[in-house]
Amino acid sequence: MAVLVYLESEDNKFKKTAYEALSYGKALADKMNVKVSGVVFNCTDSDSLKKYGADKIITINDTDFEEFSSKKYSHALSQVIKSENSSDVILSSSANSKFIGAHLSGIMDTSFVSNVIDLPESINPFVVKRTCFTNKAFSSTEMISDLRIIGVSSNSFGLIENMNDASVETFNVEKVESNQRILKIEKETGSVTIADADVVVSAGRGLKGPENWEMIETLADTLGAATACSKPVSDMGWRPHSEHVGQTGKPVSSNLYIAIGISGAIQHLAGINSSKVKVVINNDPEAPFFKAADYGVVGDAFEVVPALIEKLKAR
Amino acid sequence: MNILVCISNVPDTTSKINFVENDSKFDSNGVQYIINPNDEFGLTKAVWMKESNGANVTVLTVGELSAETILRKCLAIGADKAIRIDCEASDAYSVAKEIEAHCQTINYDLIICGRESIDYNGGLVPGLLAGFLDYNFVTNCVSLEINNTKATCAREISGGTEISECEIPLVIGSQKGLVEESDLIIPNMRGIMMARQKPLEVIQAKNINAKIKDKKFHKPEAKSEVKLVKPDELDKLIDYLENEAKVI
Ligand SMILES: Cc1cc2nc3c(=O)[nH]c(=O)nc-3n(C[C@H](O)[C@H](O)[C@H](O)COP(=O)(O)OP(=O)(O)OC[C@H]3O[C@@H](n4cnc5c(N)ncnc54)[C@H](O)[C@@H]3O)c2cc1C
Repeated sequence: MAVLVYLESEDNKFKKTAYEALSYGKALADKMNVKVSGVVFNCTDSDSLKKYGADKIITINDTDFEEFSSKKYSHALSQVIKSENSSDVILSSSANSKFIGAHLSGIMDTSFVSNVIDLPESINPFVVKRTCFTNKAFSSTEMISDLRIIGVSSNSFGLIENMNDASVETFNVEKVESNQRILKIEKETGSVTIADADVVVSAGRGLKGPENWEMIETLADTLGAATACSKPVSDMGWRPHSEHVGQTGKPVSSNLYIAIGISGAIQHLAGINSSKVKVVINNDPEAPFFKAADYGVVGDAFEVVPALIEKLKAR
Repeated sequence: MNILVCISNVPDTTSKINFVENDSKFDSNGVQYIINPNDEFGLTKAVWMKESNGANVTVLTVGELSAETILRKCLAIGADKAIRIDCEASDAYSVAKEIEAHCQTINYDLIICGRESIDYNGGLVPGLLAGFLDYNFVTNCVSLEINNTKATCAREISGGTEISECEIPLVIGSQKGLVEESDLIIPNMRGIMMARQKPLEVIQAKNINAKIKDKKFHKPEAKSEVKLVKPDELDKLIDYLENEAKVI
């Protein structure tokens, strides 16, 4: 038995969620009394992993993995899993990690539990806690298989430093063929993405129109936050779909979620409920969001937001 | 072209989430079921492909008799044929295995599943199917074009979009963007009448063992009262966020 963590990187840097997955993997390995290894594809920053407790770092350096392919990555991971005799594979909840988690489970003929928010309650039987019904409930879920694949929800476990002088090994992958190829990647530059963000600034129909989003973006910039929006705002084309959060949009599990001019409909709340601290700015004291919030300002967004930006900048 | 759209029967988004049997089972009492929203975007896309190039659209659900209501709705929306694999959908693994077994009997060029269901949010069925069948796989799919045997797909990635191409057969995880919200087809009277004539086949399940089991559900703890700050006292809000919540 051993724990294996997939460490996602981009532009030769590990994602914060990779360190969180490793922190989780290390804690799980300790609980099970086994070793934890990390798998790295084409990233030379392995030293930064020692801080989070890896016993071994397995590096795959191959131009075949320069562009992301869920099939190639999953097959490579399946080879490492077999060679390491892993019992538990830990992934983060980023888009690509979830993509791999599902695909890898199919290839390995096992199951995958995503949205896991804590270490297992017990190892035998193996019971983990995950969110379900889009954050309206939690489930203690038993995993009944020899190989368990676990997706850790962002910001749920946190980063836990645990210095360990990991050994580094390279692994040679037996290639699989794929007729799938990437033609183009279009990225918005400079903006923080919702999945990676510690702080999310979100706005709704209360903003009246797309021309009023400048202050939302400024507030987000001031806090190093990602921007998000309610469903009608993206349906009306005021903001891109990728910003739509809620039950039918993206889930948010940031440390801080600021909702501006959003009423707090059940479908909206469902998606953002696992954010730790919620702040609401709304001119209607009866808005349901106040019942779900930690801090609130009853006031006009067009006055409160600029004043808040000014004060934050003056800090 | 043969398209299979896998449909999950999920509680309406406004449903009260409660549990019974010592918190081990979802309380479906009084709950209205709907087509999983991510699946509905995929179904609409499939119906468009049928209209533009004569694809054949089959919808499938793994579930009990009660799930037939939404299958009829899918037929009214425009699917040609419906299949229900008769068993309780107990986890993603067993559901995907049941669908795989069906896909061994009929060749589908394209299998559409929702990116994830809004009840258990696993996001697992499309990936499992792709893995079991060794088909190409694109999840979070926001656009799809198929010419002969070549598919061009766009996938939402962290902070952008990735466009890729591959050969069919292909499994996609559909979501909003594949078609717009305003494109969703609301069945009309004619559609509903026609749906009654369309075949709804019930297939016996293989009864695969589940690999995960919900032992106990919990609801979030009640929140403490919101702390209100006056619009002219924003320093207080910043102080709370900095020193009490420690999030900025
Ligand atoms: C199947 C289904 C799925 C859904 N999924 C989602 C989902 O994933 N995400 C989602 O967000 N919604 C979802 N919805 C929609 C949801 O029910 C609500 O309609 C939506 O969240 C409302 O968006 P809103 O809060 O921006 O707008 P509104 O409800 O119109 O609220 C606007 C708010 O702005 C406030 N306001 C107005 N002017 C000002 C001002 N000057 N200053 C401050 N505040 C102001 C108002 O008091 C009000 O509270 C779904 C609905 C259905 C049926």
